[in-house]
Amino acid sequence: MLDIRNLNARVEETEILRNLSLNIKPGEIHAIMGPNGAGKSTLGNILSGRPGYEATSGEIEFNGKNLLEMDIEERAREGLFLAFQYPVEIPGVSNMEFLKASVDARRKHLGQPELSSFDFMKIARETSKRVSLDAAFLKRGVNEGFSGGEKKRNEIMQMMLLEPSLCILDETDSGLDIDALQVVAAGVNSMRSPERSFIVVTHYQRLLDFIVPDYVHVLAGGRIVKSGGKELALELEAKGYSWLEDEVA
Amino acid sequence: MSETSPQDFKHLALTLAGAQESAPWLDTLRFEGTEQWLEAQWPGRRTELWKYTPLSSLQRGQFTSWGSAQAYTLADEALLTLDAIRLVFVNGEFDAQASSGDAAGVVRFSQADSTQQALIEANLGKIVDTKRHLFASLSNAWTQDGVLVHVPKNTKLELPIYIVHISTPEAAAATANHRVLVLLEESAQAEVIEHFVSDEQQQNGFVNSLTEIQVGANAHLSHYRMNLEEEHLIHIGGVHINLASDAQYLGFTLSEGSQLKRIDYQICHKGKGAHAGLNGVYLPRNKHLLDYHTNVEHEAPHCTTSEVFRGIIADSARAVFNGRIHIHPDAQKTLAELSNKNLLTSDQAEIDTKPELEIYADDVKCAHGATVSQLDQTSMFYLRSRGLTEKQARTMLSFGFINELLQDLPQQAVREHLHRHLTQLFDKDQFVS
Repeated sequence: MLDIRNLNARVEETEILRNLSLNIKPGEIHAIMGPNGAGKSTLGNILSGRPGYEATSGEIEFNGKNLLEMDIEERAREGLFLAFQYPVEIPGVSNMEFLKASVDARRKHLGQPELSSFDFMKIARETSKRVSLDAAFLKRGVNEGFSGGEKKRNEIMQMMLLEPSLCILDETDSGLDIDALQVVAAGVNSMRSPERSFIVVTHYQRLLDFIVPDYVHVLAGGRIVKSGGKELALELEAKGYSWLEDEVA
Repeated sequence: MSETSPQDFKHLALTLAGAQESAPWLDTLRFEGTEQWLEAQWPGRRTELWKYTPLSSLQRGQFTSWGSAQAYTLADEALLTLDAIRLVFVNGEFDAQASSGDAAGVVRFSQADSTQQALIEANLGKIVDTKRHLFASLSNAWTQDGVLVHVPKNTKLELPIYIVHISTPEAAAATANHRVLVLLEESAQAEVIEHFVSDEQQQNGFVNSLTEIQVGANAHLSHYRMNLEEEHLIHIGGVHINLASDAQYLGFTLSEGSQLKRIDYQICHKGKGAHAGLNGVYLPRNKHLLDYHTNVEHEAPHCTTSEVFRGIIADSARAVFNGRIHIHPDAQKTLAELSNKNLLTSDQAEIDTKPELEIYADDVKCAHGATVSQLDQTSMFYLRSRGLTEKQARTMLSFGFINELLQDLPQQAVREHLHRHLTQLFDKDQFVS
């Protein structure tokens, strides 16, 4: 699914990721944990092609293709999805119009016919129910005036509609109360399948009570300093990150 | 082609007036207009009201004849689909076949009865402020025909008045003069839609348009004005509105650019408690020059104004926005807001924006502001990360920037027409590339 080999990356002039390697197979959930400033968000941004984030060396293979050579939208159409830590508000652009354009783009790429507006609306309304968003949100501007939790649920709704093969959740739990967290987690769990993989980037172990990972990696100083099973998250919860940073130093 | 000197241009314009056959009862207005037009100083770079808008393309135009009704082909859905009293003019000439419906009080000047003539005489050219609007004098000098919308006291016009001005190119560059007079008496209510459109051929005309509006006490007018002409047409237009006590004016204006387009709005709060809402959108591209000047005079207390203009300026186009609000000493308890936001979609695009507040009363609440920005890069990334191409994302964001003003328009036919029309416009490569 995704194979990152010896990746070095920088944001503007600052080296953030150092010699990072990570292999993700279909159906797996990998959690990326780590202290603030470890480079967790940079990984998601590099994978999705965010301007300003540059891979200086190393390789990333996504479904057998060279990810780093693809445009932002190509990556999305190929099935890569980044749920934003801070989803953007776009007043004046209706959520429905935006969602339909993205789903159309993905379907076209997969050689599937475009959905009619009517069919799409039906699917969108059903999907909004799955993340407990009132259908009225579909008519509003993209994330316009949404609360933090509503924005995150909107991200999960987009993920459900686009049916990506690789989902990257960038601190999706930040700023969520426990109810919203459960809605988001249930949404993610409902999408688990043998063909779909997840990268769950989080600072806190709490999310991983609800979305149980197959692997946990600790990112510190731009590299993976420790990898393990789901029990590693509990160990981190108990001991914090500093012992690992000390270990590396 | 070389530029005609201001003096020659003025005289040529008056030669056109001389070629008209007009009713004697309009002579006074035409005569006064002629005098003012001759006396007026020709705008130059030091003329504050015309600082950024040279008239050179007008002076190059050689407009020596009047337009006449020509056959035209309009694109599908170029006109609004709505149930309305419809008055269609082609190059300034009334097109009876394309027009439909009638209502008491809605009449062309040339068909007015003696009572209506008296109403026109008493009001036409009296609402407009010719000192701030040079081409209003010319319009007065050129007055021949026009549309009167007169709504008596406590009367509501059930259907909207839809006035369409179609331009077509002619063998020799020609001129059209459009005149509208709207008189709403006390507690009257009406909706007027002005739609300027051209067939798709390259235009060579000059349109001078002037709309005067008197909203009586407690009367209510909704007014839409759309300038969707082909990019070679020169249009200079003005809308001048007087508001009596507790009158309400809700205006919406949208213009595409052309080689020269200048539109003035002047709103005077004459009676206490009046409200004016004016929203506008301008969309110049290519090498267009598009200038909006608005001026709101608060002469009476307890009046409110809300004005929002947004522009998207593409390619090497230039837009000018000047919004002035003038609070007179007697206009206590005024609430006035003016906002102007601009989106530049290319490095060569230019906006000269100047919101102005002049306040001579001490108990008022006023706010004004202007912003100039480019497309937000984070939003661009967000849309592209969902599979939209860069062009799709730019189109969507640009449309979103003005859609906030479009989506709330109460008149469904206008809203849907503009949505469709602008979607096509934004899909054209040049607009957002």
